[in-house]
Amino acid sequence: MILHDWVLSPNCYKVRLMAALSGQDLTLRAVNLYPEREHLSDEYLALNPAGTLPILEDGDLVLGESAAILAWLGEGWLGQGKAEAARVQAWLSFAERLNATAGRARNIDMLGVPGSLSEAQKGGRACLRELELALSDRRMEGGTFLVGDGPTIADIACFPHVMLAPDGGLTLAPYPSIRLWTRAVRALPGFVEMPGIHRLHELSPEPEMETELR
Amino acid sequence: MKDQWYPVAMLSELGRDPVETILMDAPVRVWRDADGTACAATPEGRKLPVTEAYHHLWTSPGAPDRPLFDIPEARQPDRRFVPCGRVRVACSPLRAVENFLDIAHFPFVHTDILGAEPHTEVARYKAEVREDDDEVWATKVEFYQPQAAKSASGGVTTQYMYRVPAPTSSVLYKTSPPRPGEWDVIAIFVQPVTETRCDVWPWMALFDETTPQADLVAFQQMIFVQDRSILENQVPALLPLDPGLETPTRADMTSIAYRRWLKSHGYTYGAQLVAA
Ligand SMILES: N[C@@H](CCC(=O)N[C@@H](CS)C(=O)NCC(=O)O)C(=O)O
Ligand SMILES: [Fe+2]
Repeated sequence: MILHDWVLSPNCYKVRLMAALSGQDLTLRAVNLYPEREHLSDEYLALNPAGTLPILEDGDLVLGESAAILAWLGEGWLGQGKAEAARVQAWLSFAERLNATAGRARNIDMLGVPGSLSEAQKGGRACLRELELALSDRRMEGGTFLVGDGPTIADIACFPHVMLAPDGGLTLAPYPSIRLWTRAVRALPGFVEMPGIHRLHELSPEPEMETELR
Repeated sequence: MKDQWYPVAMLSELGRDPVETILMDAPVRVWRDADGTACAATPEGRKLPVTEAYHHLWTSPGAPDRPLFDIPEARQPDRRFVPCGRVRVACSPLRAVENFLDIAHFPFVHTDILGAEPHTEVARYKAEVREDDDEVWATKVEFYQPQAAKSASGGVTTQYMYRVPAPTSSVLYKTSPPRPGEWDVIAIFVQPVTETRCDVWPWMALFDETTPQADLVAFQQMIFVQDRSILENQVPALLPLDPGLETPTRADMTSIAYRRWLKSHGYTYGAQLVAA
């Protein structure tokens, strides 16, 4: 399977992460999305008329939408039964909203893409608040992940944009349930990193403890 | 510092429609004329000086009294040139340069790529201000690196030289993995947006005949984004220029030379002169 990839893309990272967690090999093809905008070349538009990455090629199958690629790679990660599968779909749509808000804030703040940073951040904050509420409800029912008993593609779709929200000037400090959830995702066997998203280390010391240690 | 050259755009992104950017707190418009000339001007229409070099457009809010610094390697035809776009960082432009000069952070920030524990030791090296060229140089720098470049296939001890030819630009030379007798060139050209915000434009001139361009760009973007969160959390945000406050370690020698040089020229945009 070939993934047309950009190292700083949260949407491409979803695919790298899903493949790693499920033990599937990807051949990565780096695309110069920024600064050269190579994903808008004729060659890439022929693969994905939407003009976005990621694009996955598996034999004759070409998929140009991260949610579709997660569905293709995520056998066993799609939710159990009709109700869970439907809820997973709802979170995949939510991930699109994250992309359009927190993801956009990151593109503006980090790469200087034109647009209103404050608008994008406002939308991102609303999404994070919604996610925090949902995850805190889940915790009260005894759940760790977004849907059902274990991780699903819903978690994988939302996780990158949430973790990278600080790159766009959005803090995760007000969201304790989100932070616990990101720890649960990072603790999954086979987890891989991307710039800005680290694997779990031992607890880092509190600032006071650090001064004591000195 | 008003009379220095600064990068404001990549030449490849210049079009007929002016694009606005910010240079030292003031808006600047950049575009390319119908006859192909690159232009920069204030919104009021005051034309600014321009230089096209190293895949970027350079301008100045003042009146530079000498040409942009030379990078002779940019004229070597067998190198691969890799402009990487911009990374916008909420930090002092001087802090961005200082971080670039510091190898001690490699094992902690670029773990398993440019450095790895336990190889954290920085050996003694030479840092100086070259009075003739008016540049800061660090030479004989050596560091163990698990993956020194995209073209590297395993750990090596890499030799480095660093050069600061202008207050917000730095050029480093490091052993080229495919051609150990030659130096790869990696630079950062920093556009001071405000005293606490900057756009960093990484640029490379490498010996590498095999790696696709997109992989070279991605490698450098990955490295630079790893630096970004560190840079945004530095306290104080402005670079302190009072050397009396420092308790220098060996790794800081370049930084100390850089700060002294800034201070001696009055290059204080993005700096603070009082105690931290
Ligand atoms: N709905 C798409 C969105 C993907 C997306 O926004 N990708 C970004 C990279 S993270 C992209 O290709 N942007 C290109 C552009 O905006 O021109 C998906 O989930 O795959
Ligand atoms: Fe770094």
